[in-house]
Amino acid sequence: MVKPTKILIFGAASAIAFETAKLFAKDGASLYLCARDEDELKRLSEDLIVRGAKEVGYSIFDALNDKSIINAIDSCLAKFPDIDGLLIAYGTLPDQKLCEADVEEMRKAININFTSVGVILTHIVAHFQKQGCGTIAVISSVAGDRGRQSNYVYGSAKGALSIFLSGLRQGLNKSGVQVLTVKPGFVDTPMTANLKKGILFVGPDVVAKGIYKAIIKGKDIVYLPWFWWGIMMIIRNIPEKIFKKIKL
Amino acid sequence: MPNNLIFESWGRFPRVSHLGEISPRCISKVGETIKSVNSSILPRGLGRSYGDSCLNEGGYLLSTKWLNKFYSFDTNTGLLKCESGVTLDEILRVFVPRGWFLPVTPGTKFVTVGGAIANDIHGKNHHKVGTFGNHVIRFELQRSDGTRILCSKDTNFDWFRATIGGLGLTGVILWAEFKLKPIPGPYIEMESVKFKSIDEFLQISKESERDYEYTVSWLDCLSNNSYGGGRGIFMRGNHSDRKENDESQVLHRNSAWKTFPFDAPSFFLSTPTIKIFNFFYYHKQLKKHKRSNIHYDPFFYPLDQIHHWNRMYGNRGFLQWQCAVPLTEKNEAIKIILKEINKSRLGSFLVTLKEFGNLTPCGMLSFPIPGITLALDFPNIGGRLFPLLDRLDEIVNEFKGRIYPAKDARMAGRTFNASFPELENLSKYIDPKFSSSFYRRVRGK
Repeated sequence: MVKPTKILIFGAASAIAFETAKLFAKDGASLYLCARDEDELKRLSEDLIVRGAKEVGYSIFDALNDKSIINAIDSCLAKFPDIDGLLIAYGTLPDQKLCEADVEEMRKAININFTSVGVILTHIVAHFQKQGCGTIAVISSVAGDRGRQSNYVYGSAKGALSIFLSGLRQGLNKSGVQVLTVKPGFVDTPMTANLKKGILFVGPDVVAKGIYKAIIKGKDIVYLPWFWWGIMMIIRNIPEKIFKKIKL
Repeated sequence: MPNNLIFESWGRFPRVSHLGEISPRCISKVGETIKSVNSSILPRGLGRSYGDSCLNEGGYLLSTKWLNKFYSFDTNTGLLKCESGVTLDEILRVFVPRGWFLPVTPGTKFVTVGGAIANDIHGKNHHKVGTFGNHVIRFELQRSDGTRILCSKDTNFDWFRATIGGLGLTGVILWAEFKLKPIPGPYIEMESVKFKSIDEFLQISKESERDYEYTVSWLDCLSNNSYGGGRGIFMRGNHSDRKENDESQVLHRNSAWKTFPFDAPSFFLSTPTIKIFNFFYYHKQLKKHKRSNIHYDPFFYPLDQIHHWNRMYGNRGFLQWQCAVPLTEKNEAIKIILKEINKSRLGSFLVTLKEFGNLTPCGMLSFPIPGITLALDFPNIGGRLFPLLDRLDEIVNEFKGRIYPAKDARMAGRTFNASFPELENLSKYIDPKFSSSFYRRVRGK
């Protein structure tokens, strides 16, 4: 696989996206960052320039506002018409109990984690198709592999996302565009600040290295760290009759 | 937020419970994060202090792990501006390949810029360039009342002096600006010289002062005392212009790190095993002088090659003890200290000795003074160890020396109070919401 040299990143302020951007900056790639907060975008772009990025542009965007997504994509393509990488790395970890009690919370969680990503992909896929090369990498989650009582709203949004990407991958296969589904396990990031940190937690830099390698190797689906592949294999294969009775 | 978290420092003694760890996700959130809790706070980087200066029992730790961004770098002057949670490891990764190096580095690269300032760390080039704080141009401090103070030699100099070496008690350092130095390449031209006594060490130290940028010595503290205190190996080096064909491999080593996988049993590092190690280490080098050209990584950070090397001391942890004493005509202080240790038959695995230079550090609580510094570590065997260390403290106090707070877990309040003349002055700048286990212990609060 050819390493992407001009990369658009949605959710650039997320810890995993930032760590991944650092690796591409070191290679001298150009980057276009999208996130909610303008101050943070400015700081991130300065950082990536220091680390060796060739050029960095940015736009603010709000995942719940389609228009802001389209604007961000247009501004990016105006600056870098030959973008060859896309990383979508934002998401929220909603409070499951709150989602069960409040329909709007549930809807919002699914809109951010799934629908808005679908909006981005739908708008940008024509560009990649026309170009006939490049990488689309999207961060899904191991939580999307099976619904669990503790976080099935988040899980179902990520599960839908994984299915979306699987279809997109098939559709783009002939055009030479790589579609990478990233399934991290527990990562120590501001998003998981309220979770108790166990031994399965890894730093965002570990996941970023995995994403970087998976892009270069042209992979389709990657579990990060790798052992989650085994854990999820087991979890996926527990018969529903038993699964419904256990606490997970 | 998880409750009752047990945190430890690098020495793994003491282990104390905290209300939790709070981690602001960017510098603009630090102020509100401080406000969000009702108990005392201590900023913490990578927790590489050895004792309790990076612990805050019963309160919160404020992790700077997400304050990890570079702001700017001037390729002409080497001026770097970055957030306080950036690690020295990261700076080396980014800048050594471009021919720049840290102005001052301690014996581990796993410390943050904020930690380097708050402990006003020193390195092997202290005799030439002083402490890390001597190279800091300016930084910004976040106070718990919501104010931010820009500190430099020209503005708020008193805050600048209070925060450098201020053990994180004056507020959270948000970002800092300091100069990197140009180097010809990643290698160090080094020479090891064996010595048989403290007097010989000092003689070599004087000879090396001018021509060598980096000097440090390893000492065998269990060796026969008849020479007047300990044999050892004096290491001195300069940046070398050695170039390798495959630059990418050597500019920054990303070797597969080894991790010490579990707590070693307590006999692993005990007096007899240390004695055997010391014997082989000293005699491995047959000639008096040995020259080599080595990568900066093993030269500066030999212990970083093994992650969690602190587990070698087992579950009980270990205590570091580092003092600095002024030079005197006969240098009795160091000799008496070594004699005491030798008499106790308590072995120390890693003993380092270095002569500090005369440059005055700018922090009110900066550790280095002109003279000799000696650092030892002891497995935490309890019992006999603590009285020995108390005795060593007394000798240090008697000779107008001091103990390094960043390495201390047990010194008495009076030892600390007698060592730092500007202590009372510093207390005016301490943030009312900030505290540490160390500070409460030595100030009796």
